[in-house]
Amino acid sequence: MTRALTVLATGPLALVEDLGRPGHAHLGVPPSGALDVPSLRLANRLVGNPEYAAGIECVLGGLVLRAGASCTVAVTGPSVVVRVDGHGVDSHTPVHLAADAVLELGVPLTGLRSYLAVSGGIAVPPQLGSRSTDVLSGIGPAPLAAGDALPVGDPVGPPVGADAVPPPSPGDFLTVPVVLGPRDDWFADAGARLAGTVWSVSPESNRVGLRLLGDPLRRAAGFDGRELTSEGVLTGAVQVPASGRPVIFLADHPTTGGYPVVGVVPGRHLAELGQARPGTRVRLRAQYSDS
Amino acid sequence: MRLRRCGPDAVLVEVGSLAEVAAVRAVLAGLPGLVDLVPAARTVLASFEPGSPGLRQVRDVLARADLSAPPAVVAAEVTLPVVYEGPDLDLVAQTAGLTVDEVVALHSGAVYTVAFCGFAPGFAYLTGLPEPLQQSRLDTPRTRVPTGSVGVAGEFTGIYPRSSPGGWRLVARLADHADALFDPAREPAALLSPGDRVRFEAAT
Repeated sequence: MTRALTVLATGPLALVEDLGRPGHAHLGVPPSGALDVPSLRLANRLVGNPEYAAGIECVLGGLVLRAGASCTVAVTGPSVVVRVDGHGVDSHTPVHLAADAVLELGVPLTGLRSYLAVSGGIAVPPQLGSRSTDVLSGIGPAPLAAGDALPVGDPVGPPVGADAVPPPSPGDFLTVPVVLGPRDDWFADAGARLAGTVWSVSPESNRVGLRLLGDPLRRAAGFDGRELTSEGVLTGAVQVPASGRPVIFLADHPTTGGYPVVGVVPGRHLAELGQARPGTRVRLRAQYSDS
Repeated sequence: MRLRRCGPDAVLVEVGSLAEVAAVRAVLAGLPGLVDLVPAARTVLASFEPGSPGLRQVRDVLARADLSAPPAVVAAEVTLPVVYEGPDLDLVAQTAGLTVDEVVALHSGAVYTVAFCGFAPGFAYLTGLPEPLQQSRLDTPRTRVPTGSVGVAGEFTGIYPRSSPGGWRLVARLADHADALFDPAREPAALLSPGDRVRFEAAT
């Protein structure tokens, strides 16, 4: 009876994620961490963990786990079917797993990423203060694969008795604000062009960035063909490469970039972007800088 | 100097030189709520915890500072043993109009400063490269540069912490017994950090 979860199967991608490793960007280390932070925090609260504990971020379901010992788990993110030993249980609530119980995660009907927390947290060794897998730089544990045994820490608090948490239903049309700058002056009529286009999330999007398809942004007069010296970039930065099609940087983004950033999506709106499936339409509502 | 807005919680400080970048970094370090302070060639990105007072203090702190006489920072000194056997050593010598021995003497004789990091975890852009070694990138970048390769490009020299594509002219490689540039399981993970002083020592 070891406190471990054994991975029996995964869907397209299942990763260990916590709140990431901010504070190391000056060393070239991406922040990483869960893309839908509120969902990971909620899952941790439901099982009695501190909100920063490591859980599993799972793209489009398909995860099957066996509990090595009795534990409590909770699944959050978009509404999703969860089965324990073949019987349906609720998401967004604490679920007790007896030793040897098998949990299966279905495919969410909307959205992209489910979060699973376990009482005690996933206890793989931290790297630079975090257990998160960073797909850009390879820091943290490898993506989960069948046969992996994930160590689980000791529970620190009792599961909470929340009786009903409504699961979010990510839509197929998102409107997110973008604070213009630092390089909006590089683009012709940046605010109006960003807001006037209905962008579509490209299937090439990943944890590094959400790639948007749509009418390319055009450089302002005098900025055509101009090259930018690499500079620091933030999570949420809307970078515009030579193609003119924006990329919104997500948690595993490079810490510096050589293409101009037209604006930045505030942190509290990043979770919606982390749940945006390919094909989701996105409108970027420009806010003008106040400095 | 110009301050450029970066979302609700960060600012990009744009200056004219690497010396001013180092000064701005020193002046902003320690502001309340600071999360990341990322120097680059002409900018410093400072990001803060949402709602912290630090962001509002940036403009005042910079206005009061004398960027030509920044606060003294204690710099770590790192000596890296390297083997001068890079595949572009002859090209660099030819371009500089020097012998290979002279290139090695110049490169290993200088004291460098980590101006900033980026490109990959642990990749440090070192300034202080002697002028004859300041050369352009390769016309065709290599698809794979081996871990530990030491290259020069423009005013910088640097070491590839892991295998990656790259266009710098390679003059040396880190000696086998040298510590890894970046090891996420080590504390500290990165051998080099902005502000550190670095020397290269010819090893065999």
